[in-house]
Amino acid sequence: MTGVLTLYRTSVGKKVIMALTGFILVGFVVFHMYGNLKMYQGPEVFNAYAAGLRELGYPVFGHEHLLWVARVILLASVVLHIWSATMLTMQSQKNTFANGVSGMKRYGEKKRQTGYAAYTMRFGGIVIFLFIIYHLLHLTFGVVGYGPGEFKHPHGGEFEVYSNVVIGFQNPLISGFYIFTMIFLGFHLYHGVWSMFQTLGLNNAMYTRLLRGLAVLVALAVVIGNISFPIAVMAGIVGPAA
Amino acid sequence: MKLTLKVWRQKNNKTPGEFKTYQADHISPDMSFLEMLDVVNQDLIVKGEEPIAFDHDCREGICGMCSLMINGVAHGPKAAITTCQLHMRSFNDGDTITIEPWRALPFPIIKDLVVDRSSFDRIIQAGGYISVSTGSAPDANTIPVPKPDADKAMDAAACIGCGACVAACPNGSAMLFVAAKAAHLSFLPQGQAERHQRAVNMVMQQDLEGFGNCTNIGECSAVCPKEISMDTIARLNRDLIVASLKGIEPTLQPAEAKAS
Repeated sequence: MTGVLTLYRTSVGKKVIMALTGFILVGFVVFHMYGNLKMYQGPEVFNAYAAGLRELGYPVFGHEHLLWVARVILLASVVLHIWSATMLTMQSQKNTFANGVSGMKRYGEKKRQTGYAAYTMRFGGIVIFLFIIYHLLHLTFGVVGYGPGEFKHPHGGEFEVYSNVVIGFQNPLISGFYIFTMIFLGFHLYHGVWSMFQTLGLNNAMYTRLLRGLAVLVALAVVIGNISFPIAVMAGIVGPAA
Repeated sequence: MKLTLKVWRQKNNKTPGEFKTYQADHISPDMSFLEMLDVVNQDLIVKGEEPIAFDHDCREGICGMCSLMINGVAHGPKAAITTCQLHMRSFNDGDTITIEPWRALPFPIIKDLVVDRSSFDRIIQAGGYISVSTGSAPDANTIPVPKPDADKAMDAAACIGCGACVAACPNGSAMLFVAAKAAHLSFLPQGQAERHQRAVNMVMQQDLEGFGNCTNIGECSAVCPKEISMDTIARLNRDLIVASLKGIEPTLQPAEAKAS
């Protein structure tokens, strides 16, 4: 079993790392979108959800224990996902820049034969990474995007995430950035979810349509769900607590 | 037909190349693409210029020798054929056609449109074979092979090693070639003994040659003259994962592997 630890050496092994960490991250974005749907049920339910995340697995697990396990796993996944992508991209670029027409261009003319989504993975990945940083600073730490006193930090076990979301998304620029990123996330998920099975060797002619369908489903669910939040706030469907 | 050709001319791997424009005024629509180049070369020879160097051999679509990036598509605009099987009737009178060699680090340009694809040979040497004792040939059908498996093995074995997959891949990955050469053995009983060692060795050699990495885009399969499926890549990935779990290490000698 220790052979697993040698995976990082080969190109295919690095892709396996990318697929496995991607699997964890896909699970997270689906869960994240599903959890946030509770904002449609009003401030009590949504704030209770935020508090409930801290008590996940109670009474077997203590206060915030599982949450921290999840945070560590997610952070490690993001780091490994980006590390493997960077290593693989650098190796590929070394190859394709050689014999090129110019320093940056490989062919004088090159026509794409397949879909668009796969080509956005690297650029989209960078956009999503920058978004994650902004998102954490915005809705988790409340250090950007709020006027003084607008962001309510948790106090004494009470969470005010509902009002934070409502005030945060009332800024059309910030909402626009969220919606823009979700489009890239959609492409990333559409290619990534199918690609994950391909890389792990779980794809074949029989399953490939099913897996493409699953990828469309995951991408659409996450994108439509997530985009609906800023739109709902700006449209007043999710308004300030009475 | 009258055509304008933009052809990549390069003296050798050391000298930078450039596009040169040629007029081809007496082209029959029934000529193959290579015959068209032959006609252009005849003109160049008559004029005392250096003819365009390009790879070709059988000219019946089975040897894997011809290459050419034609208007940005490996083996030209038609699906599932090699350049030699592409006919000029696929183009329109007055077209401008861009012709380039395969471009990838492990495919150094020898001259003009000719590239050195011996990196593929070294990948085969690393594991694309089965070890058998010599002696008289075994009787046919002593090892039963289910028909569906035999079909899949044949589909993968159709790979002619032309390198279009590498040329078309935005990452310059050779995974479709490596996967096809591993899959045509891994579908058969004779290929089982060395199956996982083969995957490890071939992938290692591929990495050493400097090929890029598969991002599952599918450009390779789209231009493959033999329509090799990306399923073979999933199969190679699976073999490599199983090999890792089994702790199988590459058996290549570093000196051997660095032959490139």
